[in-house]
Amino acid sequence: MAHDLGFWTLQALNALQLSMLLFLLSIGLTVIFGLMHFVNLAHGSLYALGAYFAASLAAVGGYWMGFFLAPVAVAGVGILLYSGLIKRMRKSGPMAQVLVTFGLIFVMLDLTRIFWGDLALAIEVPALLEGRLAFLGVEYPTYRLFIIALGLMILAALAFVLGRTQIGAMIRAGVDNDAMAACLGINVERLFFVVFCVGCALAGLAGAVAAPLLSVTPDMGLQILIPTLIVIVIGGLGSLKGAVAGSLIYGVVQTFGAVLAPQLASVLIYALLAVVLVIKPVGLFPAKG
Amino acid sequence: MLELNAIESGYGETQVLYGLSLEAQAGRVLAILGRNGAGKSTTLKTIMGLLPLKSGEILFEGKRIAAQPFDIAKSGIAYVPETRDVFPSLTVRENLEIAAKRFSRDGADWTMERVLDLFPRLGERMDNGGTQLSGGEQQMLAIARGLLMNPKLLILDEPTEGLAPIIVKLIHDKLQDLKEAGLSMIIVEQNFGFATSLADDVVVVGKGQVVWTGSADDIKADEDAQHTWLGV
Repeated sequence: MAHDLGFWTLQALNALQLSMLLFLLSIGLTVIFGLMHFVNLAHGSLYALGAYFAASLAAVGGYWMGFFLAPVAVAGVGILLYSGLIKRMRKSGPMAQVLVTFGLIFVMLDLTRIFWGDLALAIEVPALLEGRLAFLGVEYPTYRLFIIALGLMILAALAFVLGRTQIGAMIRAGVDNDAMAACLGINVERLFFVVFCVGCALAGLAGAVAAPLLSVTPDMGLQILIPTLIVIVIGGLGSLKGAVAGSLIYGVVQTFGAVLAPQLASVLIYALLAVVLVIKPVGLFPAKG
Repeated sequence: MLELNAIESGYGETQVLYGLSLEAQAGRVLAILGRNGAGKSTTLKTIMGLLPLKSGEILFEGKRIAAQPFDIAKSGIAYVPETRDVFPSLTVRENLEIAAKRFSRDGADWTMERVLDLFPRLGERMDNGGTQLSGGEQQMLAIARGLLMNPKLLILDEPTEGLAPIIVKLIHDKLQDLKEAGLSMIIVEQNFGFATSLADDVVVVGKGQVVWTGSADDIKADEDAQHTWLGV
């Protein structure tokens, strides 16, 4: 089957856009895991909450109100989660953490049902980002280009903070060896709290920007959880590079798989996951240490 | 300066220290000796808050020591672990800066320039990653990082472990310089000659308790104690 350059460009942009959404979700989760070895399966629910908050806020004050305030609101939920549950469960081991945060998914699922109902909500794309733009020879929806640009900007900002600042060095040191970081006077628990809140805000932001593309439904958090976990396992735990690589690989395999080998699309990513687990069980770019 | 009174500690359900007491004096070097599994490293980890103190008390400068490692570090104790624990994702410069920037103050004894004077080799490897260093360079980095905390007390766990004799000699000379500069140190060490040539005071730990206390000269002369507790 022959495809022209426009086809490949279009699919590459689709892949990049999916990758950027997954990146926003996986970076918080992977650094939280790397820093404190805490498995938070409810991270996807925060993404769903971000979408719901954005939908409600957009109904009141337009898209941009949702875009800016939904991440803040989700970070607020993160603070409640942290103080009420996660802080107490830090030492309770991965099995208890998995069970409790898995349970939390269903609690949050039902809470969104109670507050927002079962019907899907929709958000209008803001006027500024409506329509299509000619880009690399194809007409591509402006809003999707916006998601790609936003993801790249956040990637650049995180790369700068993690790679070039003192707090970034502290986070990397904590991911490498939290006990030694503490012996150098770093309050790793406080660092974890900050990283956790930023991770929640990014999950909320991912939900807010995904909302105009997808229907906002109670189970959207559950649907995104598996892809996010696959990204983290393929990329390797705890690192920015791993989150970027995992997201790009997932985006490319999923998008190109769906158009080039639709009958295999649903198994391709799992097959790749299995291959990575066999060849490099720690993932492609795990945080060292 | 640091006083351990009848401390009990261990790993989870496994108790290692059974009422261990010792005292490290300011401006002096204390060596903690003992066979493998005697509880030497456990003692250091308990001092640093890395293992829970189950009973007894630890006093630093007359006050009960903080519970959390980061508060203990801030109170003026630097720890150089047996495994060195250089951060592999940080460059040599970042490994040093992470300590320097947190503990720098006007008139501080240890600055980046001074530690690089002490360990010029590190100056040549500033942009290398932590994993690209040899064992000896990692040990130098771990000690330099500890010094940049401008500690009142430097604690070293097995500083010669796994190092070539020429590097052991270098580390010895550097620690001797630090001793002469008046830095208080506690050194846990298997290498009897290394430890006793640096230390002023010695405690020998056996089965989680202090079984011998005296000066470095005393233990060098006490062949019976060496044979019984250290297998020398």
